[in-house]
Amino acid sequence: MNRRQIRLGFIMSAVCVLITLMLPLPLAGTPVAALMARPLTFLLTGVIVLLFGFAAGFRGLSAIVIGFIGAGIMAEMTLMLLRDPLIAGDAASGFWMVVIGVWLASWICVVALAGLKPRSSAFRKAIDLAIPLLFGAAVFYLWEVVVRGAGVPPALLPSPSAAAAKFMASLPMLGADFVQTFIRGVLIGYAIGCSAGLLVAILAHRFEFLGRGLLPLGNFFSALPLVGVAPIMVMWFGFDWPSKAAVVALVTFFPMLVNALAGLQAAGDIERDLMRSYGASYAQTLIKLYLPAALPFIFNALKINATLALIGAIVAEFFGTPTQGIGFRISTEAGRMALDMVWAEIALAAIAGMVFYGLVALAERAMTFWHPSMRA
Amino acid sequence: MPVARTAWCTHPLVKRSAPVVTIVTVLIVVWYIGAVLMNLSLVRGGFEREEAPYTMMELLEGTMSAERPLLPAPHQVVGAFIESVFGYPPTAPRSLVYHAMVTLSATLLGFGLGALLGIVLALAIVHSRVLERSLMPWIICSQMVPILALAPIFIVVLGAIGLQGLLPKSIISAYLSFFPITIGMVKGFTSPDPMQMDLMRTWSATSRQVLSKLRWPSAVPYLFASLKVAITISLIGAIVAELPTGAEAGIGARLLAGSYYGQTIQIWSALVAAAVLASGLIAIVSYVERKVGRRMGART
Repeated sequence: MNRRQIRLGFIMSAVCVLITLMLPLPLAGTPVAALMARPLTFLLTGVIVLLFGFAAGFRGLSAIVIGFIGAGIMAEMTLMLLRDPLIAGDAASGFWMVVIGVWLASWICVVALAGLKPRSSAFRKAIDLAIPLLFGAAVFYLWEVVVRGAGVPPALLPSPSAAAAKFMASLPMLGADFVQTFIRGVLIGYAIGCSAGLLVAILAHRFEFLGRGLLPLGNFFSALPLVGVAPIMVMWFGFDWPSKAAVVALVTFFPMLVNALAGLQAAGDIERDLMRSYGASYAQTLIKLYLPAALPFIFNALKINATLALIGAIVAEFFGTPTQGIGFRISTEAGRMALDMVWAEIALAAIAGMVFYGLVALAERAMTFWHPSMRA
Repeated sequence: MPVARTAWCTHPLVKRSAPVVTIVTVLIVVWYIGAVLMNLSLVRGGFEREEAPYTMMELLEGTMSAERPLLPAPHQVVGAFIESVFGYPPTAPRSLVYHAMVTLSATLLGFGLGALLGIVLALAIVHSRVLERSLMPWIICSQMVPILALAPIFIVVLGAIGLQGLLPKSIISAYLSFFPITIGMVKGFTSPDPMQMDLMRTWSATSRQVLSKLRWPSAVPYLFASLKVAITISLIGAIVAELPTGAEAGIGARLLAGSYYGQTIQIWSALVAAAVLASGLIAIVSYVERKVGRRMGART
């Protein structure tokens, strides 16, 4: 998108706000309910139009920052309007016009931001981080405004702010669920499954016959819907966390086996010959050559397993739990139509999953810094 | 004198399958031993409750034919599987074929939706730098959300709108399966090397022409690789979507019912059905892949 289009976008956003001055805000309202009649919003409208005017006039980063400030004030204005019981639930064209303006302005800003070609690498990193964050913020804003403006019943879809409020209000319960599902079920099962997979892979690498037999089987098993064993594990290990850990261990075992085996075979012939010429024992070769060469593959499996593990634990909870755990809470609260609690649990699971994945990725960066894909 | 080896020993087919056969055999033997050990106390308890005298042989036989064993013996599972597949007409609710069809239809619909969404997203990402930078992190994040957690909500919400049955399950399996396709196709669409892209530019090809003549053909191998991953994932999604929703039919429903009533053999035969379904679906995708590859002039 070139500069002219960006300028046009800002002017369009300003026009959106100006049109709003004439349109009704709530559905059933009199014309008095328009933006014009409220002194504060009338003032804000003027400020926003002015800001967008500036944004259209400036170039580069300053235009973007001014545009974002304008979009932010506009977003705040819609949220302020939503506090009015007349508007919340049956907002009319005027309100939606402002929302469209917010969307348009922030979209233009993100596009302009992505088009910047910064010189310093720190600045570029900041932009790379800012773009997805702003995109996410816009998505959450639209969700919030649509749910509250159109009056979507909370039993269908709660607004993000309601879910966040519920999240903050029920921290102890969420903490207990987190410990039950994540610390006990996921982490223990993950540790067992991944280390068992790695161990078997090493054995299969040491004894070729075993390897040739295990590889096709491992490939076959890792394609199966293994979470289906959850009811069996609950039957064997009881309702508490051991059965969840067992499911997680089983689900994570095969991806690790297959990947680690491929990784152990990734060491080059020349390096292997070198180890032989040093007279290294198998244990030495394993520690100094095979395992380091396999690390990128092992981390790949660890990352795949990080998502699989959480799924496995939550599914296992559908088959029976002591009255705790993310999966248990989700299924019971969904049954009671308490969707804000469900979304709070989902946020918890998502945050836990992302942090877990992030930690694995950080460990990968620290341990396989030598690999070409990390140096790029 | 060297050890005389018969010809069949060195036949490539034997050499390739011998390790697999050995390990499968070992696994089956371990399974039988496990079945005996795990069911022993159960069977002994049964005998003692009836205060009937029992011999070791009877005890062993009991572990092999218990009605609700902790671990059913392989032949029991196979027997139950064959009976529930061939023993009933395919539309009877006791027939595994019926349940497999229910799950399969949700899987295929979800797979289709997921593949479509995945390819469209990949196209958008490849063609727009803004979308690549704003969307890609969120696509990765979307897979961090345990979708199964979302399954009950989808069912409840879509049920409230009036959608029931197939679609909620398919949406879940589509949500799970679009991800590998997007990732694979982005890689595939960007796989032509710069020289080829330059060549297209020298011909002043439009981006649509570049897509149809260069990007798309070179993405086909990536497409099939990710389709194979995606189809098993969408099967998992369909099965799991049946769990929290109290579905009455489908492999997931069989698993759930089996676990409620302690029908272990039923659980195991449902698992076997899922395995058969998964390998069948992968085989079909591989077959199409080979056909398409040959048509496109792949050397295999």
